[in-house]
Amino acid sequence: MLAYLLRRILYAVPILIGVNLLTFALFFVVNTPDDMARMQLGIKRVTPEAIEKWKQQRGYDKPLLVNSSAGGAGKITDTIFWQKSASMFVFDFGYSDDGRSIAREIATRMGPSLAIALPTFLIGLIAYVGFALLMTLFRATALDIAGVALCVLLMSISGLFYIIGGQFLVSKLWHLVPISGYDGGMGGFKFVALPIAIGVAGSIGSSSRWYRTIFLEEAGKDYVRTARAKGLSELRVLFRHVLKNAMIPILTGVVVVIPLLFMGSLLTESFFGIPGLGSYTIDAINAQDFSVVRAMVFLGSLLYIVGLILTDISYTMVDPRVRLS
Amino acid sequence: MSFMPVVLWSDALMFLLIATGSATAWYIRRREHLLLPWRRVAQNATAMVSLLVLALFLLAGLLDTLHYRAALPQSNGGGKVYSPEVLSVFDKLVEPLRLQTEKTYSAPFAVTLYAKESISDAQGNVLRDYPRLRYGGAHLADAAQRDGDVLKRALLGALGGLLAGLLVALAGRRWLARRSLPLRPLLSATLISAALLGATASLAAAYHVLGTDKVGQDVLYLSLKSIRTGLIIGTVTTLVTLPLALLLGIAAGYFRGWVDDAIQYVYTVLSSIPSVLLIAAAVLMMQVTIETHPEWFDTAASRADLRLVFLCLILGVTSWTGLCRLLRGETLKLREMEYIQAAQSFGVSSLRILTRHIVPNVMHIILIALVMDFSALVLAEAVLSYVGVGVDPSMISFGTMINAARLEMGREPMVWWALAAAFGFMLVLVLAANLFADAVRDAFDPRLNRTEGAA
Repeated sequence: MLAYLLRRILYAVPILIGVNLLTFALFFVVNTPDDMARMQLGIKRVTPEAIEKWKQQRGYDKPLLVNSSAGGAGKITDTIFWQKSASMFVFDFGYSDDGRSIAREIATRMGPSLAIALPTFLIGLIAYVGFALLMTLFRATALDIAGVALCVLLMSISGLFYIIGGQFLVSKLWHLVPISGYDGGMGGFKFVALPIAIGVAGSIGSSSRWYRTIFLEEAGKDYVRTARAKGLSELRVLFRHVLKNAMIPILTGVVVVIPLLFMGSLLTESFFGIPGLGSYTIDAINAQDFSVVRAMVFLGSLLYIVGLILTDISYTMVDPRVRLS
Repeated sequence: MSFMPVVLWSDALMFLLIATGSATAWYIRRREHLLLPWRRVAQNATAMVSLLVLALFLLAGLLDTLHYRAALPQSNGGGKVYSPEVLSVFDKLVEPLRLQTEKTYSAPFAVTLYAKESISDAQGNVLRDYPRLRYGGAHLADAAQRDGDVLKRALLGALGGLLAGLLVALAGRRWLARRSLPLRPLLSATLISAALLGATASLAAAYHVLGTDKVGQDVLYLSLKSIRTGLIIGTVTTLVTLPLALLLGIAAGYFRGWVDDAIQYVYTVLSSIPSVLLIAAAVLMMQVTIETHPEWFDTAASRADLRLVFLCLILGVTSWTGLCRLLRGETLKLREMEYIQAAQSFGVSSLRILTRHIVPNVMHIILIALVMDFSALVLAEAVLSYVGVGVDPSMISFGTMINAARLEMGREPMVWWALAAAFGFMLVLVLAANLFADAVRDAFDPRLNRTEGAA
């Protein structure tokens, strides 16, 4: 098990290097730092001195890959690639355009993101699986067909509609919760309740339908027929047999997103003014703060890879046939 | 010539797609075994009604794809000068909608503006009231006559549309019956949509059916123009996804070894970056490129258009990995089949095996993935435009409409019509696409049991 884990982590290194090289190419090779400076300072009236100053402030006034003017190890280390890209491996994300440490921002903003994303994830999982089980229980009846039709309708509605509609209805019309804002501790409940509810409602269509497909596939198998032939009640078959065996395909899709919960949701956080990583990313995109976007890309893929490893581990826990070796 | 045809990049790609689609359809028509699953789709009433709706959207989108620049009136005897404004055939068709702009917001069917203004009457007294609109209901002498007039126009328009629909239905009936298509649902859908179109057309001539937006543009016109943007995002993206996924997917599955390792590495790297972030990063960089090269574009439309094409390209590059993985898995399975091994032992070249035996047998996966992706892409456009990494702000799209309308949520009374129109149009388009995609999946997926003997 430990050896397997170590090997998986070693496998992750080349992928992270790939992500790193890709972002480096995207941010520094496709457009040179000069282009970025010209864009941010305004295209028309920009002097070479202003560009130099802009680059110097951000530490972009170095060669990309090899610094031939420096001596020794400086040839490699005194370059943009080493200082801006490779340094992310030790979580040195540098500074955002307003001069704050990106690593510290990430650390403080993870909490609010998690306060929304984690309950959304847990409540959502229970709601979707429950709804899907209900449809499976009544499969091939009018109830099931109506459920699927509802799912298709719900998944055809834009995610923005759920947020805008929910905010309008609950906050503006009924005045139940504040429109936006955030507060830590128990007082924060009124701020996070609506984003969580909307987050759950937003993907009920697609998720429930997907789980239903999985349950139906499982319910058609021979062992389920045997269980029914033994005279087990339908509910018992559903919970003890179908649900348990359907855990494996469900885990594939579910465990991998758990680490990504830290990243928060871009839309929800920006609409509700939650000071999490999602709104941080959106602000950075709108302000064209390239260093923050670069850091988030790296962090996102790192968390995704962690999720993949967790998925493999979770298999061994639910499926005794799987041995990690 | 009083106009100059303009082919924007996205237009060219759209034409290319239509040509490819037509060629494929022509190819399938003559091969009964390929036609079979399509016959199953054709017998599905939901699918055919959805297809009818999609066809209407497609028609609007296609008319909006034929672009031109009108000639300006001759000035000082010089050569022909063309307007810098790029218009489309669709713009010309609904010219009143495009040109009859009000001052600012007005509600659907309103005859007055949304906010009170100071008006001076004939005696020179200044009073605050809702000013009448320049075009919406301008033919009415008294605003109180509006409801009756709206009803009359709606009924007349619906009747006219119904008559036209009836003619179409009578003409198409025999054709439908001969092909044993679901007759009744299709005919009623035709009649309903014809009546709806007729009523809308007759009302739109005198009112702003869906109101006007901040700068007084007709929301119905904006919604109809958004269709093309949505369609392009949903379809042109496949031009990137498809070749990448197909080539790399079957190459990885068929050749295995280091080819497989390399391709797997590439798609693991790409798919490990959360897609919104990758798209955001790529679009930010594209913006820099576009901003620093203003000399590439002769009109504002071509600039917005190139941004749209780039967006499709970026969406394609970030979304081929899922399909590629599916195709690799299927090819791995197929290459162990006996007929492939037989072909190999006969010394058939790899290229020939791939094109003759592998590709036809993974086509259903590709088709299912493409129709499923369409609706997701249309929805993604709105979200990306909100995040600020979508289409050009000057380009009319569902995303930009929602984005502009969202800022007016706080007004009292609320300006709801632009949001409602954008979400409504999007819902109809995406729902139709989803229902059609489901039918296609059911018809093509070989794993599903069929009751009819066909498969």
